[in-house]
Amino acid sequence: MNLPLLSLLIFTPWAGALLLFVLRRGLSAGLARALPVVFSASTLILGSLALGRFDPAVTGMQLSENQPWITALNVHYHLGLDGLSLLLVLLTGVISPLALFASTRSVRNPAIHGALFLLLQGSALGVFLALDFFPWFVFWELSLVPAFFLIKLWGGPGATRAAYQFVIYTIGGSAFLLLGFAALYAAAGTFDFTELAALTHSGALAGKLGGGFWPQAAFLGVLLGLAVKVPLFPFHAWLPPAYAEAPTGTSMFLTGVMSKMGAYGFLRILWPIFPAPLHAAAGPLLWLALGGVVFSAFAAMKQTDLKRMVAYSSINHLSYCLLALFAVAASGPANPAATTAALSGTILQLFNHGLSAAALFFCIGVLESRASGLRRLGDFGGVRRAAPVFAGLCGISLFSSLGLPGLNGFVGEFLIFRGVFGLAPWTAAVATLGLLATALFLLTFWQRVFHGPAAGAGVNFRDLDAGDLIALVPLIALMFALGIFPQLLTGLINPLITAWAATLP
Amino acid sequence: MFRVFLMSLSVQNLWLIPALPLAAAAIGALTPRTGRALAAGAAITAMAGAFILSCLALVGALAEPAAHQVFNFAWFDLGHGALRLGLLLDPLTAFMGVMVTFVSLLIFIFSTGYMKDDANYKQFFCFLSLFASAMLGLLVANSLLLLFVCWELVGLASYLLIGFWFHKPAAAAAAKKAFITTRIGDLGFLLGILWLQDTQGTLLFYDGGHGILESAALANLAHLLPCGLAASTAIGLLIFCGAIGKSGQFPLHVWLPDAMEGPTPVSALIHAATMVAAGVFLMARVYPLMAADQGLANVPVHALTVVACIGAITALMGALIAVAQNDIKRILAFSTVSQLGYMMLAIGVGSWTAAIFHLLTHAFFKALLFLGAGSVIHAAHHEQDIRRLGGLRPKMKVTFATFAIGMMALAGVPFLFSGFWSKEAILHAAHEWNVSSLPLYAGLAAVVLTALYMTRLVAEVFFGAARTAEADHAHENSPAMTMPLVLLALCAVLLGFLGTPAFPWLQARLLGDSEVHGHSLLEGSGLMRVSIVLVALGLGAGWALYGRRPRARAESPDPLAARAPRLIAALASRLGFDELYAATVGRLSSGFATFCAFLEIYVWDGAVRFLAGLGELSGLVSRENDEQGFNAGFNSASESLRKTSTAYSKAQSGDAHGYLRTLALGFVLLLIIVILGGAR
Repeated sequence: MNLPLLSLLIFTPWAGALLLFVLRRGLSAGLARALPVVFSASTLILGSLALGRFDPAVTGMQLSENQPWITALNVHYHLGLDGLSLLLVLLTGVISPLALFASTRSVRNPAIHGALFLLLQGSALGVFLALDFFPWFVFWELSLVPAFFLIKLWGGPGATRAAYQFVIYTIGGSAFLLLGFAALYAAAGTFDFTELAALTHSGALAGKLGGGFWPQAAFLGVLLGLAVKVPLFPFHAWLPPAYAEAPTGTSMFLTGVMSKMGAYGFLRILWPIFPAPLHAAAGPLLWLALGGVVFSAFAAMKQTDLKRMVAYSSINHLSYCLLALFAVAASGPANPAATTAALSGTILQLFNHGLSAAALFFCIGVLESRASGLRRLGDFGGVRRAAPVFAGLCGISLFSSLGLPGLNGFVGEFLIFRGVFGLAPWTAAVATLGLLATALFLLTFWQRVFHGPAAGAGVNFRDLDAGDLIALVPLIALMFALGIFPQLLTGLINPLITAWAATLP
Repeated sequence: MFRVFLMSLSVQNLWLIPALPLAAAAIGALTPRTGRALAAGAAITAMAGAFILSCLALVGALAEPAAHQVFNFAWFDLGHGALRLGLLLDPLTAFMGVMVTFVSLLIFIFSTGYMKDDANYKQFFCFLSLFASAMLGLLVANSLLLLFVCWELVGLASYLLIGFWFHKPAAAAAAKKAFITTRIGDLGFLLGILWLQDTQGTLLFYDGGHGILESAALANLAHLLPCGLAASTAIGLLIFCGAIGKSGQFPLHVWLPDAMEGPTPVSALIHAATMVAAGVFLMARVYPLMAADQGLANVPVHALTVVACIGAITALMGALIAVAQNDIKRILAFSTVSQLGYMMLAIGVGSWTAAIFHLLTHAFFKALLFLGAGSVIHAAHHEQDIRRLGGLRPKMKVTFATFAIGMMALAGVPFLFSGFWSKEAILHAAHEWNVSSLPLYAGLAAVVLTALYMTRLVAEVFFGAARTAEADHAHENSPAMTMPLVLLALCAVLLGFLGTPAFPWLQARLLGDSEVHGHSLLEGSGLMRVSIVLVALGLGAGWALYGRRPRARAESPDPLAARAPRLIAALASRLGFDELYAATVGRLSSGFATFCAFLEIYVWDGAVRFLAGLGELSGLVSRENDEQGFNAGFNSASESLRKTSTAYSKAQSGDAHGYLRTLALGFVLLLIIVILGGAR
């Protein structure tokens, strides 16, 4: 049987969204809450099927689907999957149903909320699977629309402004991305990522782009678009308000899945197509990434809004990925062992950060829902006494986020540091400050909210119920599993990364 | 047909030793709060099992003391190879394993009595098991990475246990302080690990000639860095940072006294078997690396010299501060700081076997002293101030007798007590060190002080009359608490005979020698005589000040403070390290954080507004491109962009619907452009 598995992955959530939108008035309350989760979980099931068919030893694209779409433009509907995409698809499959489940229980107008969420989920999957710039960019931009409405309509008091800032900032970046690709297309006549990368590799692309300013301009456009999305310091200012004002489930998705789109773009597009300009720019970019690691971690120390604190922690965690990537780009093939470690660490970190940050946003959502919207550091105290299970699971998520060995976060961070140290030792040394600050503010979080005498909203705090456990326990279980057996992930990506490291310019 | 098997545990099965308590911790975590007996039973059974397995492992290790038996395995694929971890069995691992399991077992048993009224009883045993498991994992690791993993887990467990009474703000703060302070050291440790991995390509200690502690790898690290240090010196000192944090060495010792906020059995565990022992063990484990620069003449400093100096400073400072403390656990805590200083000193002067000898004897008598203190505190309704105790000797005979043994072992009372022999070994090594005599003098000064503060402690707590109702009502505890004391007291005496100069069996086995070369006690005994005189001096002074005329009331002035009020006040405030750090490191990090938060609000957010404007213009770019033709190039586009930008800035209405309209419009335009552009 030859199912178009990747198309199904993308379009099943969209079909669900359409169905929910059409039936929005006819659905019973229970169904309106259950259907979105079912459609969302399709990604996990189809992703597992893809995992079953995936051969880690093959380093090229697998399960490809390639149809001409707009022949006049040489646009193809080209999907494909390698270890990197597969990991992110699986991450989407884990995070999305849980995030949807976490919010759908209490959210108003669940059918529309679910439809928007599924639209968002399908778009994100499209970004991870599309190999032609045209469909890729459609998915990339389309993801903003449902995200905008999810934040604006279901978010907190400052949601409108945050949603507006989020969309405008990202579109601003995307415009440059589009211009960059327009230049590429004008030169090479194709939108296909693999073809463009091959052209780059053979040296033909530079010639076609013409000399002088053009390659740099195209590179800068793409760089800027992706930098805003990741975000690369200092293009990150849209992120804390967006994450903080979004409703719990959307925050989980934004940080768990959507924040990976930018980093994915770096690995899939920028690095293969623009290796030389990236190499030239990598020195300053490395400094920016380092700034993101250190500044955002220290800025998080001063946040009193827990969601903003975790949002800054997200910037910090993703900056480690960029740090590793830029260190690799800056050094070239000098130290292959360090390069492999840095790239493996980056991809592991993407996955692991998705788990731990989503779990943390969920925990803050629990705090918020039990305390009628309060989520400041000082609003709680001694929660652990009344809610030991919640304290324990939230504590595990915190320690996963601060990179405690035995939990998932450590492996990725260790590999990133191991790689960066081999490529740019002083950068690695300074970046350890980020580790220290992270420990400081996350422990402050735990101490202020859970420890001390019961105070504020921490008095008579209700412990997790069965529904909360359903949403949180899978994430916690994965944290342990991936912390102890990282091979579960590295087995899927190691041949790919080894091949990448071998073809470094 | 009976054949007697002297079974031994092979290195492949060494993982069982940490796995047993880990399983007990999992059981403890998953049982409901009411499963008290199950959690405690599982913890004690698992620890007893781990003790038996450790003894079997010791048999196996002593059969071939010179061999480093290893079992390496792949953790996960990385590049063309894999990241490998491993297990290691040698006498160092085996001796430490027996000590840790035995002391932990006794502390667990003691805890069933001490914690029996606590609501979170089962959680306590869960955390204790986790603590012991992490420590045992650290001992059996044949990889610096695996050791680091367990090292961090030891830190986690100590965090959970120090903050066990989390409803007390002081306990929660002390737990965080311990975690953060040790993590500062761990960052250096991590950099050392990264450096080693990068230059050596592996983190296995022993790997058939390729391990980082084997001569081929060490020769790799002999080159000089631009700063003049040898690479091995720099790496060694980075790793030493971790040990400074974990083992409470100056200047990161500040967390250790605060760790007293945890329940007393936890203090016993931290100060004896786990946690602080980890740092000394680490230094002993990587000793070949630390000593790799010894042959180099033209380097500014050798790694071990730094270790010796830090150790000497810590030994003296801890003993000084202990003299002026009034909390029974705090005195013991600073005595731990001081004793750990001795161990580091021993490693620094080149005798890691003496350090391990002292680590082992100290583990027993310090566990004894802490559990004895716990017995006192439990009996005296949680009174910890020695001025408010007194007269406990007749009421708590077993506790007193065993505590006195522990005190004499710690003070180094000659011949009968283990602390004397192990401390003697350290002083002897310091005496033979030809770089400087200062560590020796610091060590000798600390000998007097140790005897002094321990005499003071015993005199104030056990002699004289009860000075408060709490002390008056105290009575001896249940056998669950006294039995461990008796066993530990026995060990505090007997263990010393494993390593006397006449028959240094332990040291020989640690070094991998199957034969023991001792010498007569009288040979070169000048140093020993000096230290015996110093112990007597300290004991005598202590007794003269505190024992002869016992304190009458809790409020009576301290005789030593009356003689040197300013010195004692400075020591009582722990020489102001906490204040100093709060004023420097604390202020600096907080100030930097404020700066970063300021940048977020006023600078980077400004960039958002700026770029929001650019986002607006992106729609314009598309339209202008449409008008002028896609291939007209960017120059004309940017020119027209300038023309209409003023008009467009009016569109910045702040109305989100407006923006979305623009967004949709832009998207449609975009499609048109691309299609037209491509069709042309």
